[in-house]
Amino acid sequence: MIEERFDAIVVGAGPSGNAAAYTMARDGLKVLQIERGEYSGSKNVQGAILYADALEKIIPDFRDDAPLERHVIEQRIWTMDDKSHTGMHYRSDDFNEEKPNRYTILRAQFDKWFSAKVKEAGAIVLCETTVTELVKDVHGCVIGVRTDRGGSPIMADVVILAEGVNGLVGQRSGLRPEIAPESVALAVKEMHFLPRETIEARFNLTGNEGVVIEAMGTITKGMAGTGFLYTNEESISVGIGCIVSDFAESEVTPYALLEAFKNHPSIKPLLAGSECKEYAAHLIPEGGFKAIPQLVGDGWIVVGDAGQFVNAVHREGSNLAMTTGRIAAETVTWLHRRREAASKANLAEYEKRLAATFVMKDLKKYRGIPELLHKNKQNFFGLYPQLISKAMQTWFRVDGVDKKAKEKAIFQSFRSGRTVLGMMGDAFRLVRAWR
Amino acid sequence: MNMAATVSAGAPAIKVEEKLYQNRYLVDAGRPHIRVRPHEVPSKGLLAMTHLCPAGCYSLSDSGQVEISADGCVECGTCRIVTAKTGEIEWNYPRGGFGVLYKFG
Repeated sequence: MIEERFDAIVVGAGPSGNAAAYTMARDGLKVLQIERGEYSGSKNVQGAILYADALEKIIPDFRDDAPLERHVIEQRIWTMDDKSHTGMHYRSDDFNEEKPNRYTILRAQFDKWFSAKVKEAGAIVLCETTVTELVKDVHGCVIGVRTDRGGSPIMADVVILAEGVNGLVGQRSGLRPEIAPESVALAVKEMHFLPRETIEARFNLTGNEGVVIEAMGTITKGMAGTGFLYTNEESISVGIGCIVSDFAESEVTPYALLEAFKNHPSIKPLLAGSECKEYAAHLIPEGGFKAIPQLVGDGWIVVGDAGQFVNAVHREGSNLAMTTGRIAAETVTWLHRRREAASKANLAEYEKRLAATFVMKDLKKYRGIPELLHKNKQNFFGLYPQLISKAMQTWFRVDGVDKKAKEKAIFQSFRSGRTVLGMMGDAFRLVRAWR
Repeated sequence: MNMAATVSAGAPAIKVEEKLYQNRYLVDAGRPHIRVRPHEVPSKGLLAMTHLCPAGCYSLSDSGQVEISADGCVECGTCRIVTAKTGEIEWNYPRGGFGVLYKFG
């Protein structure tokens, strides 16, 4: 089939693969990108929030033609029990800026757009093709790939693995270990369509303004996880995800958990009258810094979800994907121009450059959080949200009980739920892990 | 598919088929990309797939084995990860172009 040799092959056409392929092709490298879906985006799932900064560094004028849904002007963070939510909302007109900071997007459409840019930049994009294995030389250096289209292998100086969280190519080639069920979440999501006027009225929005809700609490039935609801132009993305090992130990089905979340009294009215047009599921790497595998080797680099680049605390992933893809590409181009081999030692430059960015700094900062939350999931995802709700209700309900007695009741309810020492320990551990 | 799966006792049964019906698939007829290896007794992880699979692809046979019907599979990989240690599932991505086709993602 393809006889020629490439400067680089990119496996996968999600945000990290597209960022990498675009950056290298723009800089004049001969790039082949291989995607198993019918088109870039047809296999990809995300909430989804696009972080402008990471994309701006690749395509500065992306706003001119990218399919963006709404720019986010309001963030709601909810802790929920079965009947209530306690919210921290932040809404600012500052987010109505000339170049907004965050947008909601539909990944299938956005990725298709990004892929068109990759092609325009000069890369060859081969869709409907699954990479089956890496080809190595006698020294173990990766020199190309084989695909399910058969034929002779396709050769390149370097292979960028942007194959996602469930990336089989790198794993089966022994480049990285299997993902542990404890460090990956399974999220399910539905697309609910509503007229745009209804969405704007329901969420107090004008024009292309958007709202995102991130929620935690008893909605995950004691499992470590979160729910979300994002407003798109004419639809609402609603979903929920939990750590896979928690799901496995429970009796809970993911779609029933989503159904219960949708029927929560705080969520149900937001979705009323909508029509569901798609149901999706995807894994999210949640292990953080400690789960990052080896990132480079002779002839290969890992980017995006395949490298566990997700900041679970801030629900950021696509920006880490684009940034790792871009920096991997810049490293490859830099070596190419210096006529240096894509050896493990030379590609270590990618790790060095990454260490100087928010990607590694943030993941390192939060390295203790995933484990802490998971180990104490009954408290953080069950007990505390319930106690917070109870305290709020005690405080706001006017029933003839004096305020001092209410304070005492709130304190007592916390104490009967967890010892003071236990709570102090949780707070201390959280603060320490946060630093 | 697992028709009886519910979130907990007392909750109404949620039919995942109704959700999957919304999705577009290009099924690679006769070439399932996931197979459950023949077994007598499923491991805890494999058994968990009967409630854990987001597409309800796994069910328990009358004789106690876990079976799969992969047509509604959304290719998340959960079953592969949960049974990675026991090797009870043979998991590959569908051939290029086949499988789930997201319109929105």
